[in-house]
Amino acid sequence: MKPPFSVIFLTTFIGIGQGLFLALYTGQLYSLFDLLPIQDSRTFYALGSALAMAFLVAGLIASFFHLGHPERAWRSAAMWRTSWLSREVIVLPAFMGIVFLYGVAHWFNWHTPIVELAGGRQVDITLILGAIGTILSFTLFICTGMIYGCLRFMQEWHTPLTPINFTLFGGASGFLLASVFSTIVAPHLVGFFAGWAIIITMLALIGRSASLWRNARIKPKSSLSTAIGIKHPHIVQISQGSMGGSFNTRAFSHGKSVNLIRAIKPAFIIMTFVLPIILLAVGLSSPQLLITAFIIQYTGLLAERWFFFAEANHPQNLYYQKVA
Amino acid sequence: MTQLALVIDLNVCVGCHACVTSCKEWNTSGPAGPMSDSDPYGANPSGTFFNRVQTFEVGTFPNTATVHFPKSCLHCEEPPCVPVCPTGASYKRKEDGIVLVDYDKCIGCQYCSWACPYGAREFDEKQKVMKKCTLCVDRIYSTSLPEADRRPSCVMACPTSARLFGDVHDPESIVSRTIRENAGFALMPEWGTQPANHYLPRRKTTMMIHEDELMRADNPLKIDGKLPKPSKQQPTLDDSTSW
Repeated sequence: MKPPFSVIFLTTFIGIGQGLFLALYTGQLYSLFDLLPIQDSRTFYALGSALAMAFLVAGLIASFFHLGHPERAWRSAAMWRTSWLSREVIVLPAFMGIVFLYGVAHWFNWHTPIVELAGGRQVDITLILGAIGTILSFTLFICTGMIYGCLRFMQEWHTPLTPINFTLFGGASGFLLASVFSTIVAPHLVGFFAGWAIIITMLALIGRSASLWRNARIKPKSSLSTAIGIKHPHIVQISQGSMGGSFNTRAFSHGKSVNLIRAIKPAFIIMTFVLPIILLAVGLSSPQLLITAFIIQYTGLLAERWFFFAEANHPQNLYYQKVA
Repeated sequence: MTQLALVIDLNVCVGCHACVTSCKEWNTSGPAGPMSDSDPYGANPSGTFFNRVQTFEVGTFPNTATVHFPKSCLHCEEPPCVPVCPTGASYKRKEDGIVLVDYDKCIGCQYCSWACPYGAREFDEKQKVMKKCTLCVDRIYSTSLPEADRRPSCVMACPTSARLFGDVHDPESIVSRTIRENAGFALMPEWGTQPANHYLPRRKTTMMIHEDELMRADNPLKIDGKLPKPSKQQPTLDDSTSW
């Protein structure tokens, strides 16, 4: 596939936004059970929500560049019964709405208890909004991943690892951003978020390694023989039907050299996983190192997402091998 | 239930591209707007087509066969492109099984083209919507055209009658009979898309002639040893006179 940059930015940006929100809410839950000190509602949760919101909005804006008719984008909520893309279109704004309300509730200190749990723990509106947001965040990860995972003949994508990896990548980058954010507003939480960032980044490394391992061993179900229905082991295309290119020759191949593909794979593994884990481990006291880790990981994620598209081999390419 | 479809005979197609040009001519002139081209007379021409004729070489030299392979939307009975469409712009008509795109609803996200294993959908770079074969839905139900012309443009144009058009759900239709009797097959059956369009295989046309079909072994005249005169090996009247 030709990697569409609008989608690469969409999925990486909203992943960070979702992960950051999950990190904030994890922090809030820990402090509910007295495992972490309670943070200031405004400077930590409200500002953190605003930061998450910024990434979500950036992702949403990026997604519009993918559309031929962005002015009709509202129509895409229609087919949620069948289309994962439509479901994403519904869940993303819903999640953004909850993140916004979560931030607003924290900003205005709406901490009036609504429910009291056993042990005298007070549940306020922010906790409830956060719980809804958590569900929506995971739903959004699943929707985003399933957009690719549901295409059964895209064999590289058609695996549960696709939504799992989207979740882990978002979580890793979000918790990493949370640790960067907390160096500024809540320095004693850096270790907590960085620890989780290391754990999730390691899980993401396992998930992505598993999918790379799997994808390297895929036997394509389709062949030229099934594509044109002629039972013969030696079939070559002479002409794709026109002498210039077509949409089909442009949109389904990355058009880059084998060497670049070979170089990108180790590059994104080092940048997304190895370097951030090292920098997180040594950089707990240094905001600069954490920011560097975040930038390196985000660049790595862009490369990872680029590779995710480039490695997928669409069966339609069987019909479009020779521009002649 | 009706399922309109094409049957394309690979044994007959000569790869002349008449179906391609005829398709483009009809569909670029219709009310749905042009199928836009870019740089059509330049060095790098590109454009939107509903139908393309591809060419494949089967076998290794010197035992090769050239196969011309017309490909358009197959109007699958389980179209994978339809459920993924977020707006409902892609739909399959209940009444005749044609898969269509509503150009006024399409947002141009190209997700349906990712979901089609056949590469049957093409994005129109000028109109910014996804396009595909309509089975000439504006011809086949037209009341202004003569009855004989109410067929897809490609079928009308084919000089070798390699393309048949009809209802594959009607077991007695010409297409169903042809599929049944000539080993018609569907493309990429492994994905369960159940394409409505079918193809007929390449087949060798050979004639088995036995010796006794040329010369009757049980000819009673021959048994008598009298006729025919002169014997088969000798020149006959046909060889020496023009009657």
